[in-house]
Amino acid sequence: MRNILAALGLILWATLAHGFEIEEEAVLPGTAGGATLSILSTTDTAFFRPVLEAFRRRAPDLTIRYVVAGSQDVFTAIADEAAPFDIAISSAMDLQMKLANDGLALPHEPATTLPGWAQWQDRLFSIAQEPVVLVVSKKALQGLPLPQTRRGLVDLLRDHPERFIGKVGTYDPRASGSGYLFATQEARQSDSFWRLAEVMGSTRPRLYTSSVDMLDDLENGTLAIAHNVLGSYSAGRVGEGTGLQALDYQDFTLTLLRTALIPATARNPDAAARFLDFLLSEDGRRLIGAEAGLPPVNEAALIQNPHLRPIRLDPGLLVYLDGMKRRAFLDEWSAAMVQP
Amino acid sequence: MTLPRTRRAKSLRQRLLVQLLALAALLAVLLYLTVRTVAGQAAEATQDGVLGSATTVIAEQLRAGPEAVEIDLPYEAFSVLGSISEDRVFYRIVAEGRTVTGYDDLPLPEGITPGVRPAFYTVAYRDSTVRVAAMTRQLVVAGQVLPVTVLVAQTRQGQDAIAARIANRAAALGVGFFVLALLLSLVAAGSVLRPIERLAEAVARRGPQDLRAVDYPAPSELLPLIGALNGFIARLRAALTRTETFITEAAHHIRTPLATVRTHAEIALRQSEDPEVRKSLRGVIRAVEESSRSASQLLDHAVVVYRSDRLATEPLDFAALVAGVLRSAGPVASLRDVALRFVPPVPGPVVQGDRPLLESAVRNLIDNAIKYSPEESDIDITMTTEAGQATLRIMDRGRGLSGQTGARLVQRFNRGANVGDVIGSGLGLTIVAEVAQAHDGLFSLTDREGGGACATFWLPLA
Repeated sequence: MRNILAALGLILWATLAHGFEIEEEAVLPGTAGGATLSILSTTDTAFFRPVLEAFRRRAPDLTIRYVVAGSQDVFTAIADEAAPFDIAISSAMDLQMKLANDGLALPHEPATTLPGWAQWQDRLFSIAQEPVVLVVSKKALQGLPLPQTRRGLVDLLRDHPERFIGKVGTYDPRASGSGYLFATQEARQSDSFWRLAEVMGSTRPRLYTSSVDMLDDLENGTLAIAHNVLGSYSAGRVGEGTGLQALDYQDFTLTLLRTALIPATARNPDAAARFLDFLLSEDGRRLIGAEAGLPPVNEAALIQNPHLRPIRLDPGLLVYLDGMKRRAFLDEWSAAMVQP
Repeated sequence: MTLPRTRRAKSLRQRLLVQLLALAALLAVLLYLTVRTVAGQAAEATQDGVLGSATTVIAEQLRAGPEAVEIDLPYEAFSVLGSISEDRVFYRIVAEGRTVTGYDDLPLPEGITPGVRPAFYTVAYRDSTVRVAAMTRQLVVAGQVLPVTVLVAQTRQGQDAIAARIANRAAALGVGFFVLALLLSLVAAGSVLRPIERLAEAVARRGPQDLRAVDYPAPSELLPLIGALNGFIARLRAALTRTETFITEAAHHIRTPLATVRTHAEIALRQSEDPEVRKSLRGVIRAVEESSRSASQLLDHAVVVYRSDRLATEPLDFAALVAGVLRSAGPVASLRDVALRFVPPVPGPVVQGDRPLLESAVRNLIDNAIKYSPEESDIDITMTTEAGQATLRIMDRGRGLSGQTGARLVQRFNRGANVGDVIGSGLGLTIVAEVAQAHDGLFSLTDREGGGACATFWLPLA
């Protein structure tokens, strides 16, 4: 029965538009007659292509299909539609956690051991640890003190409201899974979150579903400040010779763990296990760091930078996914951020 | 003669070890099961405690909204569930049979009415088995009292892992206990059996003639055995003594009438002139002589056997003893014109010996030598001291051993194949050998170079 449903779902998925929205799709063909490894990911193809190429050199028989979708869509595809992907990589830790907790991920014994905090059971594995940063336009903030903490950002926005009206960007947690995770974790860990939300709301902020869009708008001058941008995306576009600067919050910088799991519906779990082991291997981590620009899991970096606070991979992540809790949180957030 | 093979029952050591080890194995298994059960229960109690407190914390967040039940799920309650083990967590909040939030297929408790304290039950859920804590709170919503049940469930992988680890340790503990018990059992079996082994050794070490009672410190359990053994030895000794006494008596009673018969036969021989009669009488005298000698040697032998059990030893000048025997044998030798040539060494070797027995042995050797020597021949007797032994050699020019072994001739009632014409009982050499043995000495009989026999008798020096 379940198989029939899955097959029906597959036909629907193949013929009609998907229930989830695909942003990009790339296929790296392998040798003829080889199996296909289908990857569903929230990471843009441009970032991940070098890693995929490296893997294809190791497994030339595999045809690699790389599909990019938003984090909420990744979850929907696996949880609700049983879409036939062999591996799901997402920055939305809470949604990935829910997939694993609800038994929708296959166990895998990795060839390389991860630190305990970077792995949950034998089902969820971190492939990168990414700080969530504040990115500012140097030109727009000329003459103003650069905020080092959330309190500093509150002060900056409150002291110069005229300069930031319509020029503050952040994630829309109603539409973006990652944005919802950042907002809820910030609310949980910081007393100043709601004050920041109030003050940001008063500037009539622009809301986004992707870090790339925020960075684009910072570069073209639409935005002066973007709160909660994924550090890995901003890394190549800030610093000397650019108009942008990334700032770590010194009170605490949320650090996201980008996680991978093998869905229970995987068609080709063996290929998925090979790919996962490759991502966790020494070579894979180096490539993820150097080529994809995603900082690999690194315990030493966390010890050296105590302001980096990784989001814990534990069942607490399920709490904000509770329907009632989510409604209550988004109501409060909307009341603060979307001011008439 | 070989002893009949003793029937063997299972060895005491084996029996003791098997029973001790069976007991140890039983205890090891019990230990394993106990540790496992107790530790498993402790692990379950710990996990139940955490699960129960998470449930309580969540239930405390229940609020009566204006129209319905509301809850603000506490993040830490869930986080704590993940702190002990990486187990999957499920929850469900039910008001009036309707799921307010959570996993709406999480099974409600059957047969338990959850109260204000969490109730626990185990149930199959999804692809796993979960432990559920359930508790109910009453809320007043829209003027009505509404019971709201909070279910929090967790898989048992962490607990199972703990249980497996404990089981491994418990197994190692059990095996360790068993190995220790094995070593201790070996030691215990050894120490319990040592008195028996010592007693067996003490009895085995006794000489063949040693018929003293066993007087060995033994544990009380062995006393009946020792008592029985001593009773047996006493009966044996009594039987032997009776036999020797009987032989002595018999020899004595035979010798006296024989002497009378001989005297009468000799008188008759002197008086008779009929050659046929004289021939018969000589035969009679010869037979009487033989019987008399046999009786006399039986007596000697009985004395030897009797005395060798209880030697009355004293330091003796062996050469002087031999010289004494030679003196008494002098008349018999001179009857046959046989010369006894002995130069006793001065001082003579001193041996620890029983005088009558040694005299008997030497007398038998000299008698033999005289008996088998041709008339007008010499018997050479020497005494030397070598390697802590006094050595007596008696060499005649008689007919020798004629190919027989000395050892065979020493056996009781065995006589040489070439001695039919000489009177003898076959006991003489037996007596000599037994005396030598009783004194830790040696006796051998060999052919002498140039014809004749050489009897050698060794005695350890005192």
